[in-house]
Amino acid sequence: MSFIKKPKIDLPGQLSNKIGLLKRDYEGVLSTLCAGCGHDSITAAIVQAFWELSIPPEQVIKLSGIGCSSKTPAYFLSGAHGFNSVHGRMPSVATGAQAGNRDLICIGVSGDGDSLSIGFGQFGHAVRRNLNMLYIIENNGVYGLTKGQFSAAADKGSKSKRGDINQWKNIDAVSTAISMGSSFVARSFSGDREQLVTLIKAGIMHPGCAILDVVSPCVTFNNHVGSTKSYTYTRDHYHPAAQTDFIPPASEIMVSYAEGDSTIVELHDGSKLLLKKAGSGYDATDRSRVMRYLEQQRARGEVVTGLLYINAELPEMHRIYRTSETPMKDLEFETLNPGSEALKKLQAGMR
Amino acid sequence: MSEARVNDFVLKIGTVNGTGSASANGMILKALFRMGIPVTGKNLFPSNIQGLPTWYGIRANHAGYMSRSKHVDIMVAMNAQTYEKDLANVSPGGFLIYDSTWPRDRQLNRDDITVLGVPLAKLCNETFSDARVRILMKNIAYVGVLAALLNIETKVLRGLIEETFASKPKLIESNLKAINLGFDYARENFTCPLPIRVERMGDNSKHIMIDGNSASALGCIYAGATVGAWYPITPSTSMMDAFKAYCKQFRIDPETGQKNYCIVQAEDELAAAGMVIGANWVGARAFTPTSGPGISLMSEFIGFAYYTEIPSVFFNVQRVGPSTGMPTRTQQCDIMMCAYASHGDTQHPLLLPANPYECFEMAVSAFDLAERLQTPVFVLSDLDIGMNDWMIPELKWDDNYRPDRGKVLNSDEVDELEKFYRYLDVDGDGIAARTLPGENAKGAYFVRGSGHNKHGMYTESSTEYKDLVDRLLVKWQTARTLMPGPVLIAAEKETSIGIIAYGSSDGAVVEALDALRAKGIHADYLRVRAFPFNGEVTSFVENHETVFVVEQNRDAQLRSLLILETNADAHKLIPVLHYSGMPIPSECVVDGLCEHLRVEDVA
Repeated sequence: MSFIKKPKIDLPGQLSNKIGLLKRDYEGVLSTLCAGCGHDSITAAIVQAFWELSIPPEQVIKLSGIGCSSKTPAYFLSGAHGFNSVHGRMPSVATGAQAGNRDLICIGVSGDGDSLSIGFGQFGHAVRRNLNMLYIIENNGVYGLTKGQFSAAADKGSKSKRGDINQWKNIDAVSTAISMGSSFVARSFSGDREQLVTLIKAGIMHPGCAILDVVSPCVTFNNHVGSTKSYTYTRDHYHPAAQTDFIPPASEIMVSYAEGDSTIVELHDGSKLLLKKAGSGYDATDRSRVMRYLEQQRARGEVVTGLLYINAELPEMHRIYRTSETPMKDLEFETLNPGSEALKKLQAGMR
Repeated sequence: MSEARVNDFVLKIGTVNGTGSASANGMILKALFRMGIPVTGKNLFPSNIQGLPTWYGIRANHAGYMSRSKHVDIMVAMNAQTYEKDLANVSPGGFLIYDSTWPRDRQLNRDDITVLGVPLAKLCNETFSDARVRILMKNIAYVGVLAALLNIETKVLRGLIEETFASKPKLIESNLKAINLGFDYARENFTCPLPIRVERMGDNSKHIMIDGNSASALGCIYAGATVGAWYPITPSTSMMDAFKAYCKQFRIDPETGQKNYCIVQAEDELAAAGMVIGANWVGARAFTPTSGPGISLMSEFIGFAYYTEIPSVFFNVQRVGPSTGMPTRTQQCDIMMCAYASHGDTQHPLLLPANPYECFEMAVSAFDLAERLQTPVFVLSDLDIGMNDWMIPELKWDDNYRPDRGKVLNSDEVDELEKFYRYLDVDGDGIAARTLPGENAKGAYFVRGSGHNKHGMYTESSTEYKDLVDRLLVKWQTARTLMPGPVLIAAEKETSIGIIAYGSSDGAVVEALDALRAKGIHADYLRVRAFPFNGEVTSFVENHETVFVVEQNRDAQLRSLLILETNADAHKLIPVLHYSGMPIPSECVVDGLCEHLRVEDVA
């Protein structure tokens, strides 16, 4: 039995958000992943982020491909329509869904196998179209459901549970996305709830394709000594490049920050991202410097996290297409159908 | 001199692709059409952009026969490279026109045809100065030659030119000049008109000339399709080109300039299928045009949409397979693949248009059927229908038509339910109601290609799995009642001989019926228009001793489907096959039947 209904328990003292929903209203069915799986922490962060943003669940669509990570959309937002597609093809379904109804808030959950191997092409094209969605890659470096094969994200030289050494260079989702011209690229760690929730919120509100690569250790197949995706390794090499605060629309920036040490990025809905450089001089809006910095840190084996690159001005798919503001699915048939007179006129030119 | 043959000939024009001959050929086609003569135009072209041989065949036929004829009565050999082949292809008693600016090979000759030389290049070089114009006008000049030889009305040609270049008066002048060059030369040097010629005939004002891909695209517009996802592939590309052109005409908001459509050129056919499914899932009518190789790539998603019951429309403009095959040649080779596309137990409704008229109609009904049945629906045309110029009755539209969106519960309807279950069939037709994302949290459900039960939940239970896939069989029976039925042409006399065909094989069969009758062979003809077959197809097979199944593929795929799906006795289904990549001619049908029936006589 892989499906367990989650009991809804009313606990005293639970807080309602702005639209009167409790956090449990953002939960889904009970996870069947292994105890301690990083993916479950990400699910909890997603629940937290959507609750904090007070987004009605029915406005959300949640999609995934195939794999452990792709099971997780069942574990959050039971009030949102979900779509567990075929392996590596979540982005195309999301593209169609966005094409058909641009008003939906779209979250895609994928894994490193799903996005960097079988679905590498579709991952790239979601970025290229700047599809308005939050695209999370729950990255553990292995194929869990088929029992521990290396994925394309596994670092060269890392050791599998059975003792094999990976001979292949890894595909890094973050630098790949930035080099492809992504408008929002972040990395986080399933063990850092605070940062994760902030980045998820920023990604949801970002008007374009927000790529969020989350190191999410596989406790069963990739949490041993020699793995570069284990809890221990990640904690030891965890390196936030910059701290980001998410400030909802019409809220004042309460924290104090030194002029010149922070950048504010305004999103279209009025919310703001406060990027603190934390003395490192990191500038998430300077693409070439970001790439250089990431390459330096990669060479040292550091896991750089945070909102690593952002350009909120890049137009998303519909802005480029100049599609109607009214979602395609809501256009009246009378608007879409030219009628019999128009058909007659058209055919006059076919003689 | 042979007897005059009026409004019954095949004209073939051999040129080099990329030289602009298409407009000249189109002009001849339309001129004949405007003279009230039934006419069709078929392009035979290479998978190439410039520099290779290409032919355009025009068949004018007073009886309205539309299929490709094997005969060539008049050949215009503009391509020196193919002169030898073109000369050999002319039927005895026919005519060959060539550019006599350069001497032709005297070694190549035939005394059973008439060869007419016209110094087209020389005439054009003397008249026009620009190099590109000279090449283009050489084509228009042969239109003038043909006008004189065939008796095409010059005022019709003039009208066409004036319409075509209404915005560029200079071009009207040069085109008319080129027409006259050819026309005058022919008049002065040959006995005009030839015994093979045209005369103004009926009234074509209730007909149009159109290709199937344009008609399919127009059907998508009229069906209210808004999302088109595709990956370019011959011979389906012109369908999306047409859809885009019609969208620009009909779907741009005059006030805002915003588009009431969304066309996504996908990264590959897999993605195109995913997009179509995603868009339909959220409630937009979405489709993809493709060809056989595209369906191969889309197959995983097709099975997904079948099992998760998401409406989707796939246009397969078939071309020659297997593999890359011959992309610019026609075949009916994907019916078996489309009927059962994807792994596991899957089956899909197919619509089988025989001409652009049905492409339009069936494009519209494909969306209705897909949403009613909540399943992928295929429209199977082919290169012959999709890319060639057909004369069809004017398309009609009923302004009272409203799309059938199938069982979709809106937010209020969901509120009235105690609980919403996505895959629960409440009325026995095998179809459960769906909800659309973005409307009501109570109607939310999870689409998954993994095992699911009638409540829409994940399952690994044998009973629940079987429960669901067995319901899909009930839906299949519902589909059977909704698909368009076959078209019967009954023989004048009672007969035990039947013919079954579909799609672009229709023209050849219709023409063959007349030829067979003249030989004393009477046959009932049933044109299948959809899969799954309904009872009429089954009883047609049952009621005839011998049923010839005419189709354009090597493996007799329709015959196999009939055996599988109607329990027909395989022995009485006789395959008549044509799979050269050229559209099937009527002779193939006549010969196929005669050969078999003669053999039977002897036995």
